Amino acid sequence: MARQPYDGVVLAAPHTEPYQRYSTETAHWWLARALKGTLDAAGLGPREIDGFSVASFTLFPDTPVGLTQHLGLCPRWLDSIPMGGASGVVALRRAARAVQAGDADIVACVAGDTNRIDSFRKLLSSFSRFAMDAAYPYGYGGPNANFALLTDRYMQDYGATRSDFGRIAVAQRDNALRNPHALMKKPLTLEDYLTARPIAEPLALFDCVMPCAGSEALLVMREDEALRRGLPCARLTGSIERHNAFADDPIQLRGGWAMDADELYAMAGCAPGDIDLLQTYDDYPVISMMQFEDLGFCDKGEGPRFARETDLTITGDLPHNTSGGQLSAGQAGAGGGFIGLVEALRQVTGRAGPTQVAGARRALVSGFGMINYDRGLCSGAVILEGAQ
Amino acid sequence: MTDPISPPPKKNPQARTRTPTLPPLTRSRAALGLTAAAAEGRFMLQVCDGCGAVQYPPRDACVQCLSTALTWRDVTPAGRLIATTRVHASPDPYFRERLPWRTGTVQLDAGPSVICHLHGDCESGARVRLINRLDKAGHGVIMALPEEATPNMADDPQLREMTADPKHRRVLITDARAPDAPALAKAMLEAGASTVFLGEAEGWRPWPGREALAAMEGVSILPLDVTDTSSARELAGEIGGKTDILINNARFIRPGGMFDRGDTVFPGREMEVNYLGLLRLAQAFGPAMRGRGADGVNSAAAWVNILSAHALINAPDHATFCASQAAALSLSQALRAELRAGGVKVMNLYVGPTDDDWHQPLPPPKVAPAALARSLVAGLRDGLEEVHCGDVARDIAERWRRDPKVLEREIGQEGLG
Repeated sequence: MARQPYDGVVLAAPHTEPYQRYSTETAHWWLARALKGTLDAAGLGPREIDGFSVASFTLFPDTPVGLTQHLGLCPRWLDSIPMGGASGVVALRRAARAVQAGDADIVACVAGDTNRIDSFRKLLSSFSRFAMDAAYPYGYGGPNANFALLTDRYMQDYGATRSDFGRIAVAQRDNALRNPHALMKKPLTLEDYLTARPIAEPLALFDCVMPCAGSEALLVMREDEALRRGLPCARLTGSIERHNAFADDPIQLRGGWAMDADELYAMAGCAPGDIDLLQTYDDYPVISMMQFEDLGFCDKGEGPRFARETDLTITGDLPHNTSGGQLSAGQAGAGGGFIGLVEALRQVTGRAGPTQVAGARRALVSGFGMINYDRGLCSGAVILEGAQ
Repeated sequence: MTDPISPPPKKNPQARTRTPTLPPLTRSRAALGLTAAAAEGRFMLQVCDGCGAVQYPPRDACVQCLSTALTWRDVTPAGRLIATTRVHASPDPYFRERLPWRTGTVQLDAGPSVICHLHGDCESGARVRLINRLDKAGHGVIMALPEEATPNMADDPQLREMTADPKHRRVLITDARAPDAPALAKAMLEAGASTVFLGEAEGWRPWPGREALAAMEGVSILPLDVTDTSSARELAGEIGGKTDILINNARFIRPGGMFDRGDTVFPGREMEVNYLGLLRLAQAFGPAMRGRGADGVNSAAAWVNILSAHALINAPDHATFCASQAAALSLSQALRAELRAGGVKVMNLYVGPTDDDWHQPLPPPKVAPAALARSLVAGLRDGLEEVHCGDVARDIAERWRRDPKVLEREIGQEGLG
């Protein structure tokens, strides 16, 4: 059966709560700030939303249920998205259908986490059963070593060099220098990238995201509602989601996008060449390179050449991760699943300020999440178009 | 090429002894199957009874057909190394102290790919041999080795974390008079032990073979009576801080059934040596060994109990001896739990009738002291917890695993021999 379009549904009121490397505040605090930010942007009070979607790793012992009482909300539609880097795409897909079906009129989608000293290590120790049984005992403190292995394999199979990955990181740092809230504020040269201290060979310091505290939010509502309130907004023209794709691949060199990208473009009625800016999930450059391939910007194995030949900065051929992405702005836990989505919404509504891409109308946002054992399990993507 | 490890320098008494840290301790119940297999050094994975699929990591249902009938089976321990990394940063205290640490992805011939520890001599893209070993937390972990042996292979620092190799270590054998003592001392020295201490009870009482044993280079005979608490304490005070491997071979055995004697003199003596002797040694030497589990090249590494295979099941013609062995086996499990905090292993070496005076009328097969010593060294090199030495011990263990009740009835008629 052909999928229904998301007619009549829009995204509006993007808000990013500026990230901090470490925070003494709680996830509740960060999610409250993001929610307040998006509501303020729309001129709404907390009782005026009737749908609430939350993605966070550090809310324990609470869930989004407890958060409704904590924050004084009374939604008739509530969602919890435990999908890390895919949470933005998945939250949006679900919220859009809820609004379209009338189950909710205005859904606030929020994501974020705190980061206390040592909380990252503690979070890791209970991340997943396979990680507990088969990754941590091997010294895998976080996904660095996982990505090292697949970067190693990717380099062997497709001839990628460290410089090819470095180009992605360096371009993002250029973008981040325009974003006053990015945690990384120093310029990064390819030389800096190549000579950085090793973390998990072949990965070095600038291949790895820096965990931090932060939060992101946006609203999903009917287009007439947004127009009535005078809110700049964007339509959702296509979306895909996939979990545990290509489970028989001995090591992950492609994600679920490769299964579903054709459907994404068919639904949105466009092709990769029509995309004005691309926000990939970028906890490590190799995974952005795979997204270039799996989302059809180049063929499989052509990612290194594509990275060499494409200017990925804000003023370049294909502006990529325009706020600096996680690599330069920081990884705010589940907020990392929203950073590209919220930035893309700012971009296609012409409100990205210092990181604005000239004439940005159509953005592709891609998500990737949950290194359960040896690979990321969740993938998804959406295409947004400015509604003005 | 692995660099051979050098003998450690003399310990600086003013330097702080490194506190043992352990790799992650938490596992799901399913994953403990790997730990149980590693205790015997077997490379086993979950195999589906329904469709035969081999799977990893351990699950509660088959990833191919959803059957919940999953059995741990021996699997071909071979594959190809398809990706490698060397980790230079880890938030885990154990690994942080041991960086850099090499791991890789191996595609197994049996099907799944696994993330595993990597021996330094494994080359990217090469065929590798897989082993399943107990790490310092006492959990099964998979490690890839080069397909063919390489020089000084056992000295790889990551592999040595999984083993209790006697090389450069100091060994205490608790009973110099036992018939297996000379073979054990010789085997330990040949395996690279730097010193072998031998405990001698009642030193005033002469015994044949003492002179030859004392003359071996690296051997030192010291007073130790496992039936005497203060004797055990005194020796621990002297060498407890430099006992890296303790082999408890003290044993008292008298043949006979329960009704053959009208008193508890010999049974009491069996408990004094075989059970309380172990307890005294554990109380005297255990805490210091636990504290020295990460003390460099010659850290405390293992505690070995030589037990009768009939610790598992009573042979009525040696009724009270078997009971004392069962008591020792039970205590060894507690000792294992206590020493785990230091990353020190407890290995039980189960033997059938040994080829000595007390088993003289029994028919073969009997375990020769040299064979026992070989099994013991091999077990230490593989860092095992359970070693069954000789045909009788293996036979009993296998029958015990199948059905302890059937075995009880059979051994009730067979006896020890």
